[in-house]
Amino acid sequence: MAELYRETGNAFIIGITGPPGAGKSTLTNALVRAYRTQGKTVGVVAVDPSSSLTGGATLGDRIRMLENFDDSGVYIRSMATRGEMGGLSIAVGGAVHLLDAFGFNTIIVETVGVGQDEVDVAELVDTTVLLQVPGLGDSIQAIKAGVLEIADILVVNKADQAGANELVRDLRNMLRLGEKRDWVPPIIETIASTDSNIDTLINALEVHSIYSGESGLRRRRRLQRVRAEVARIARRQIGDAVCREMASAEMVDLLVRLESRQADPLSVASEVARRSAAHMV
Amino acid sequence: MVRALRDAGMEVIYTGLFQTPEMIARAAIDEDVDVIGLSILSGAHMSLFPKIFEELGRAGLDDVLVVAGGTIPNADVQQVKDLGVAEVFGPGTPMETAVRFIREHAPERGGE
Repeated sequence: MAELYRETGNAFIIGITGPPGAGKSTLTNALVRAYRTQGKTVGVVAVDPSSSLTGGATLGDRIRMLENFDDSGVYIRSMATRGEMGGLSIAVGGAVHLLDAFGFNTIIVETVGVGQDEVDVAELVDTTVLLQVPGLGDSIQAIKAGVLEIADILVVNKADQAGANELVRDLRNMLRLGEKRDWVPPIIETIASTDSNIDTLINALEVHSIYSGESGLRRRRRLQRVRAEVARIARRQIGDAVCREMASAEMVDLLVRLESRQADPLSVASEVARRSAAHMV
Repeated sequence: MVRALRDAGMEVIYTGLFQTPEMIARAAIDEDVDVIGLSILSGAHMSLFPKIFEELGRAGLDDVLVVAGGTIPNADVQQVKDLGVAEVFGPGTPMETAVRFIREHAPERGGE
């Protein structure tokens, strides 16, 4: 990773998120097509949730992007969240670094908006696109805590369906009521399946990219991103050390003392933490 | 089938109908898969399977487990296995059988 990381920092990283059924994969595919026409290379990381019950996952985004199979300027990788705290696996961040290092101009991270996934993806990318569709209990979707605030661009997809105008109006009202930002997220109505208005979206992405470069926003976000990434990985390494400690032979004594109430959970936990840290070096 | 595999704890990429050998190979490489499941209902398995293995070979994917299902006649099963398919699950095979085979024979890979 050390060598690869030196080569990163050049790609434009876009996050696409929204509820299931909003058309994220179709939209991503339309963006891929548009960027390829511009001669840009595109890497896509398509993330789907792992079942917390079985650990399995259906990774169903690739099927919407099949036309790219013989284009070496496009790389598509499906990944499951694998139960990482926060929903997006450390591996997704790693995959983005890899694609960046390998020289892809544009990287698109596409995730289902479930739980806190939207907020997670915003942390990983330069520009976040939030997708909404009419008819899915609409305004309620965007109200979910913190989701509207992380969107740099709002897309109302399937804009030919009934309820689209109302949805746009509701989103606009919510933006007005929300916190004041320098950048006012544009609301773009698209029909991803027919490429309708995709060029407007491409332009909006370009404008946000210029804005975030000029205003220092991209730099601030990237600093925040690496801080969060380092903390996430460090926490995981410490967590792994604790697991190893809990499974070690030495734990038996501590547990016996706990059972006979010669020790309490708090002190035992502190001892476990201390031993884990010592054994990590 | 996709659901059965997912419920068994596997990550499943469904690529849809009428995939060409090139598309299958590309997906297998890019997604770094452990197992490929081919479902053939068209009767064209004897034309398609050799091409698929040719593409996989060209891509250097030698350690991927390949299994097949669908309407492959018993008479052809041995030939299909000679090409490199580890097992053929005919119509009426309980899904559990296929899932168990995959779990037992999927290649061990380093890391997660």
